[in-house]
Amino acid sequence: MDRDKKLIFEALENPEVLEQTVSRRDAVRGGGMLGAGIALATMPVLLAGLTRKAFAQGPLPDSIVNPLNFALVLEYLESDFYEMGLDAGGLIPSEDRPIFAQISKHETAHVAFLSSVLGAKAAIRPEWDFTSGGVFDPFNDYETFTLLAQGFEDTGVRAYKGQAGNVASNDDILTAALQIHSVEARHASEVRRLRGLKGWIPLNQTNAPAAFAPVYAGEENTTHLGIDVSDFQGREAATEAFDEPLGLRDVLAIAGLFGTGARG
Amino acid sequence: MFGKSNTGDEELRFLSRLTQLEGRRKFLKWSGLTIAAAAVACKTDERLQPSGPRLGSGSDPVDLGSGDFLVLNFAYALEQLEAAFYSQVIDMKYSGITDEETRVLDDLRKHEIIHRDFFKAALGNNAIPELEVDFSSVDFSSRQSVLETAQTFEDLGVSAYNGAGKFLENLDFLLVAGKIVSVEARHAAAIRSLLRPKSGFFAGDDVVNEQGLDVVRTPADVFALADPFITTEIDGSDLPTS
Repeated sequence: MDRDKKLIFEALENPEVLEQTVSRRDAVRGGGMLGAGIALATMPVLLAGLTRKAFAQGPLPDSIVNPLNFALVLEYLESDFYEMGLDAGGLIPSEDRPIFAQISKHETAHVAFLSSVLGAKAAIRPEWDFTSGGVFDPFNDYETFTLLAQGFEDTGVRAYKGQAGNVASNDDILTAALQIHSVEARHASEVRRLRGLKGWIPLNQTNAPAAFAPVYAGEENTTHLGIDVSDFQGREAATEAFDEPLGLRDVLAIAGLFGTGARG
Repeated sequence: MFGKSNTGDEELRFLSRLTQLEGRRKFLKWSGLTIAAAAVACKTDERLQPSGPRLGSGSDPVDLGSGDFLVLNFAYALEQLEAAFYSQVIDMKYSGITDEETRVLDDLRKHEIIHRDFFKAALGNNAIPELEVDFSSVDFSSRQSVLETAQTFEDLGVSAYNGAGKFLENLDFLLVAGKIVSVEARHAAAIRSLLRPKSGFFAGDDVVNEQGLDVVRTPADVFALADPFITTEIDGSDLPTS
């Protein structure tokens, strides 16, 4: 376990390692990799047509496994974050609990789903430090909790978008990734609106704390397929109307802020 | 596709062809609301230009094209529908509309117009013409009717892009579809939140399944659901059904 965790966090700090992580871990463990909290007995139920079809096409190639494991690590982060938030007594006001209960339910389902698709190649669940070494206090301060939630959801949307092309060779995986992607966007909208923001991202979210700049860097883009849309309905609306992708390295840099091993 | 329409629609379409109404309005249904909607669409559309050879194609239904153009034109049609809808919502605001609701609905109007005009520019000569819309089923004076229609359109848009992604061969097009679909999902959540605040409805169990996956529909299924709101006859027979 310890060695696996170390590998995951090497990967978080060092994206080049991610590609090696799975094969190295497989050699070490030889299966049974699913993290705590995922009931193996429920897996067959979760294996919908997509999973069967995906496997029917043969073992997933590394080119698909790596983006999916990347997504899985993000889902681990989100699902653990919301579970801890919901468990923290007095943190979430009772009127907001249905919102975070719904989000938590989805993130847990995403972990189970991706784990089931990846099977023996699924990355293990890391441990997180959501204080990021004492910088944040999300489970005692609701404002910080919702701020981190906003950052995680908006990052999640960008991360899935950035990987769509990498899984496009498999129709079923691509469609499932898109289906998760839009759920993350629904979450992001809701959390943002709960915080008094627009559900969509104006410019590069200039009113976010400085530490969140990497989450929104590049969102101000207004040119797509060579077409500049900035004068169609004004620049701010133009930036809101298109969400931007974020590459693996940038996403892992954000997620890595909350990895215990990364500061080990 | 139109075999699924009810007989009344078929008759109207047939009559429309017979009467040979001029230009783009030849299939316009004879309802006051439809004409009002079309007028709104014209008024708010600064880019109303002839859109390629299909305009002069007599009584033939609109041809969506093939390959990636088919998928992009399909998206363009949906964005036209949404843009026309929110334009009319803002022009005919229901009484008692709150500042927040106005902000949300006006943002959605802008976003959908941007999406529409983006597709038109991206498709160039391959773009379908501007479509006539029919919102006669919508009561624009009713908050419930407006927001429920908005929810329908946004959820439909999300499911449409989710289902269309795998049909795009060009990865640049796929990325653009991804950039747009997440904004549609943000819209859907916001509208749902206006309807049922402080609940899980923004990503409700009616659209997100137990695996945490959002709704996905085939282009053909989306087209069947959008068709009642589109007066212009479109040939959707080439849209993928699976």
